[in-house]
Amino acid sequence: MRKLLSVLYVSTPESYLSLEGENIVISVEGTKKFQIPVHNIESVVCFGYLGASPALIGFCAKNGVGLSFVSPYGKFLGRVTGGVYGNVSLRKEQFRRSDDETKCLPIAISCITSKLNNSRVVLERCIRDHAENVDTKSLKEISAYLKINANRLQKCETLDEIRGMEGDNARAYFGVFNELILHQKKHFYMHGRIKRPPTDNLNAMLSFLYTILAHDVQSALETVGLDPYVGFLHRDRPGRPSLALDIMEEFRAFMVDRLVISLINRKQVTAKGFSRKESGEVLMDDDTRKEVLTAWQKRKQERITHPFLNEKIDLGLLPYVQALLLARYLRGDLDLYPPFLWK
Amino acid sequence: MSHFSDDDLLALSGIQHFAFCQRQWALIHVEKQWAENLRTVQGKQLHERVDNPDFFESRGDILTTRSVPLSSYVLGLYGVADMIEFHAVEQGGVKLNGRDGEWLPVPIEYKRGRPKRDNIDEVQVCAQALCLEEMLNIEIHHGFIFYGETRHRDKVIFHTELRNSVEELAKQMHSLFKQNITPRPNYTSACKSCSLVDMCIPKLDGKHSGVAKYINKFLSRELL
Repeated sequence: MRKLLSVLYVSTPESYLSLEGENIVISVEGTKKFQIPVHNIESVVCFGYLGASPALIGFCAKNGVGLSFVSPYGKFLGRVTGGVYGNVSLRKEQFRRSDDETKCLPIAISCITSKLNNSRVVLERCIRDHAENVDTKSLKEISAYLKINANRLQKCETLDEIRGMEGDNARAYFGVFNELILHQKKHFYMHGRIKRPPTDNLNAMLSFLYTILAHDVQSALETVGLDPYVGFLHRDRPGRPSLALDIMEEFRAFMVDRLVISLINRKQVTAKGFSRKESGEVLMDDDTRKEVLTAWQKRKQERITHPFLNEKIDLGLLPYVQALLLARYLRGDLDLYPPFLWK
Repeated sequence: MSHFSDDDLLALSGIQHFAFCQRQWALIHVEKQWAENLRTVQGKQLHERVDNPDFFESRGDILTTRSVPLSSYVLGLYGVADMIEFHAVEQGGVKLNGRDGEWLPVPIEYKRGRPKRDNIDEVQVCAQALCLEEMLNIEIHHGFIFYGETRHRDKVIFHTELRNSVEELAKQMHSLFKQNITPRPNYTSACKSCSLVDMCIPKLDGKHSGVAKYINKFLSRELL
């Protein structure tokens, strides 16, 4: 499989990015702080928006390096991409199927099957590893519920049915999510998944990492020539990367939830790293964000065996591999889209 | 024989991909996928050294030009020849602007590696010759392939059999392109050296109907 390249997260808002030869140079107040060859970089995410030089923007676009700007708190602002990758017939096929509910169904079912399976594995792992310290009964109950629903899901005949099931399952899963938190429970506790804005530490971390994940998935889809805005389960909505959200369902539990749980349980993050604004929104401070991003990068370098390809890959390549498999399915190489199913 | 229009022409360089693997050709030319590996980068560097549209050299009875645009409306191909030598001949050549006598074009293709067992390099230089024949209305008997590893040029005779296979390949290329088809993979030992192996996933073919089974396996299992 191709090589996993790093994503460069620029978390100091006063940073200015420029191009020197074929290096990305980061300066703060006119002083060079860091430089790295562009060829080692998959994409760049800037928190804060002092900016990047037009030369760097052009170079990134030409060399297929994604360049995104997000607010210091992780809200997506925009991205720079070069010429459209890949083949117009692949995208037209994607559009045609997206317009046809019967052709959307199998893909949507694959994505949500993966979501249910992978959420379930998160719960089961917790029961396996911490049976004495957790409410095993309610975890088992929800795990069984997810399993039954994964089977029921296969028979769904409309996208609305799938969306409804997805919502019910997410509520059930997040309903027992607090059970997974073994330490610092006082400070990391959620009353349901709250997104806009996140009003507790746990939701703040989840929302932040889901944004980062969405960025990776979007880049992966573009790399194989798919349009991240044209989805199969998520409805079209201007500015919403619906396909990225569809594919992301496969990775939320496996890549983000598990990381958030272990960061809290290992006390790599503490309540001190969070603050609450007047509006009730909870934000991470710079150090906590850096800690979370470092852990994210490290996690992406872990090796896993892809359950369908049976091939060892860096975990960070998962979005790329799934995008590739989706493209191959749309091109007629496969009978169904094989989602990522965590063992 | 059908004649193609400007819009229908396919990349001549693709004929070598097509002769090597039809799926590789489709991934590159139909799906616009590309990936570099060591071989492709070395090949690109070699061509960068050769590539120079302004190059013109005259050594007595041999004139050398580089990066010469080519096309054939009969084959439906267009491309660029790395190098063409014009050899002074008594007869059977073409007139060249500002030069006396007749000159016979000899295409020379640069390859990074060494001579291969199959004829995929030969079909490419032969396709170039067929373009030149059509453009200049002459007959070309032979060309050369220069191999970077052996640093040696091998002569290629454009015999009937080779010409026929070029025509056949060009025809098949147009047929697949028109239908927008990427042929199913066929996993062989050659796949290991292909730079597109990761996006082609050639081993998938055996399982192309196996996704339902894969999903069902996960649905039915017990975790605890």
